[in-house]
Amino acid sequence: MKYETVIGLEVHVELATESKIFCSCSAHSYGSEPNEHVCPACCGMPGMLPVVNKRVVDFGMKAGMMLNCHINRVTTFDKKSYYYPDLPAAYQTTQWFAPVAVNGLVEIETSKGKKNVRIKQIHMEEDAGKLVHDIREDTTHVDFNRTSVPLIEIVSQPDLSSAEEVEVYLDRLKNLLRFAKVAECEMAHGTMRCDVNLSVRPEGSDKYGVRTEMKNMNSIEAIKRAIEYETARHIDAIENGTEVLVQETRRWDDIKGKSYAMRTKETAGDYRYFPDPNVMPVVIDDEWFDSIQDSLPEFPEVKRDRYINEYGLSEYDADQITKSIALCECFEEAYSVCKSAKDAANWIISEIMSILNKRMITYDMLKINAHALGELILLVSDGKVGRANAKKVLSDMFDDLTIDPLKYCEANGYIVSNDTGLVEKVVAEAIANDPKAVADYKGGKEKALMSIYGKCMKELKGNCDPQMLRTILIDAINKI
Amino acid sequence: MKIYSSKLDKKSDKAIVVDDMLLTVDMPTSAGSKMLDGYMSLFEAEAITRLKANGYDIVGKADVGEFSFDLLGETSCNGAIVKDGKLCNASAEILKADEAVATVNLEVNGTVIRAAAQNDLCAVKPTYGTVSRYGTVPVACSGECVSVMSRNASVCREVLGVIAGHDDKDGTSLPEPYEYTSGVRRVAFLKSMTQGIDGEISEKLSSFKATLEKNGVEVCELDDEVICLSNIAWNILMSSELCNNVSRYDGVKYGHRAESFSGIDELYTNSRTEAFGELLKKTILFGSDNLSTENYMKVYDKALRIRRVISEAFAKIFGEFDAALMPACSTLSYGEDYLQSNKDAAFTENFYTAPASITGLPAVAVGGIQLIGKAFSDMMLLEAAELCEKEGK
Repeated sequence: MKYETVIGLEVHVELATESKIFCSCSAHSYGSEPNEHVCPACCGMPGMLPVVNKRVVDFGMKAGMMLNCHINRVTTFDKKSYYYPDLPAAYQTTQWFAPVAVNGLVEIETSKGKKNVRIKQIHMEEDAGKLVHDIREDTTHVDFNRTSVPLIEIVSQPDLSSAEEVEVYLDRLKNLLRFAKVAECEMAHGTMRCDVNLSVRPEGSDKYGVRTEMKNMNSIEAIKRAIEYETARHIDAIENGTEVLVQETRRWDDIKGKSYAMRTKETAGDYRYFPDPNVMPVVIDDEWFDSIQDSLPEFPEVKRDRYINEYGLSEYDADQITKSIALCECFEEAYSVCKSAKDAANWIISEIMSILNKRMITYDMLKINAHALGELILLVSDGKVGRANAKKVLSDMFDDLTIDPLKYCEANGYIVSNDTGLVEKVVAEAIANDPKAVADYKGGKEKALMSIYGKCMKELKGNCDPQMLRTILIDAINKI
Repeated sequence: MKIYSSKLDKKSDKAIVVDDMLLTVDMPTSAGSKMLDGYMSLFEAEAITRLKANGYDIVGKADVGEFSFDLLGETSCNGAIVKDGKLCNASAEILKADEAVATVNLEVNGTVIRAAAQNDLCAVKPTYGTVSRYGTVPVACSGECVSVMSRNASVCREVLGVIAGHDDKDGTSLPEPYEYTSGVRRVAFLKSMTQGIDGEISEKLSSFKATLEKNGVEVCELDDEVICLSNIAWNILMSSELCNNVSRYDGVKYGHRAESFSGIDELYTNSRTEAFGELLKKTILFGSDNLSTENYMKVYDKALRIRRVISEAFAKIFGEFDAALMPACSTLSYGEDYLQSNKDAAFTENFYTAPASITGLPAVAVGGIQLIGKAFSDMMLLEAAELCEKEGK
């Protein structure tokens, strides 16, 4: 029998606000010392009252709008009670009864074509702290830096059916939320985490199978492996009766490549949700709603089409650049200076993206002075700086955002010389030193010319207009 | 019995005692619980900051029952205060001994109104949201209010004027300016709320009614059975919120920690079992049950609806009347054995105080009775209280 996998995701995304959701502690804990950003409020001490950070609601609404959701104009916060050492007040303030956004839609495109994934809801909540297990001392420490950092949880309907779709969907969420600048969505930083709900059923069936949930997945690769493992386990159980499937929460062990049922104690329980009496319902009036809607960015596909239609980029180039808002911004800024979309796109796709790949930096983390990039592109297209030297400058520009390309090229001797006398002299020497190559070229070997050309360019330290060098070189050889 | 008296030697007409539900940085805050015995807060209550800024001296702290939702404070981990065979309240004792001009208390479940009524003192539980709850030990956040008790209404009015006002640190704090009403002309006497009162209370009500009438205030009898449901609904809301609010005391970060345990679950359980008193444990169980998935709609949500119905009933009354007159308690004193025969007294005797707690309406206790008014009628209720005081003198 053929089976299909049914997957729904709960994606937790840390919002990129400056401060926490209910207090003024910094929300940027990545890389900080433990318990550096804490106060009596986020430590759950008695007497502190939550005051909603308006930016969190702004970002929550914006995320909802990016995912085509309906925004609830009256949105409320609720308390979810459970005991865990990383939850200092023994309750999490979240949204249970009236989440900020509901009924959204996200379009994804996989090798099988386009598909809509329905979003059930997006709710805002506070994060919990982090437990740090010290194996040497056999103790556990708790770090409250992350406590009360604002999160949104994006709950999808069970509309996904493969690891590939999940990967594309997560990429799409990340792209949309990064375009709106509401979140970093970096799994490696813990700013995006994922619970995978999975069941298996005979293809075409309208009944769902037994669902299992894998919590807190934090890498795409692990998610893909876990989905494949769980799918196989479910099918095996259904076909061969190897085990009885039960609705449960499982933990994925990525090293062993297996999922394990968690102790029932860890999953049982009643969260006893109720409206938080200390947080008044948040009423989103028209003015507020409109201001957020007006602040929405151009959507990635709108940008892509504009790049193709307005700037004449190829589909491939437009696709590459709209993978990341950072690349788009770099492209648009560089273009505004160099006035050649093709050149700007080329430099970004062939040079910047490869430097990022080499340095293992994600495209979104690109930090470069794009205005200076535009100037550098101009220097090359105007024939003032050789391409090889320009690449060196670009590499240095990654490390120093203050570089002024023209001054930098002047200081480093990267400016193309217009001294034809010097070029002729270098060419003459090169020809004299390599009679074999000259003979080969004359004998019809095009490649031989490139070898002499390369030697000349090297001798000139790259500071020569390629066309000029080529003309002088061919002239000189033809004269022999 | 324990009345913190660290600074009580200082005689001052600006001396204020706060109860042990208000966090202080120079004195411990125990909330009457062994769980928080000796707990030192890192910050102080907003009400205290405002009092200090206005020249008041915080001269000490008054003991409270465990998380201050009992009758008069008898569930304190320091034991009940009993005098001449009667249960007493620490704050009221301090005022009667003239050791402070006023006490500032967190009114959770009627303790303050009852204590004032039984000791011929005046107390005001202000309109919910007019006094910041920042820095108070949370119990039943949707109804509890920082309140004032004094020997006379004018001091209550003065102190309330100092502590009331918007506070950004409290998300439920109302925006200013508050438009306090004044001038009592018509008062509704809520006959249905006189259930269970004894002869003395009955007399107090009659005499207050007479005083009002003598001063040209019209008093009409009114029956409203809906308001009688207040404490049933309030007990559900209060215990549920309490259950959630005290869940933070787990023996891990601060407060009492059991000496013997194996594993985190036992640490929680043993610490809480050892440190929490009987009434608190019972209330936690009740509250937890109310919020369970099975009971939420049947119980908690229904209580929220009743809260709204009661608010509407009062709104209707205050369409015609300036205030509602009713008892503050069933009797003028609780004997030592009262609790033996009334084990759930905290959940029954609040029949009289729950209407104000559940609606957030202001209430004033004076002359052994209670007046409830519409939102922002706090000062008007105190005016009426002054009429009564004049009559008594």
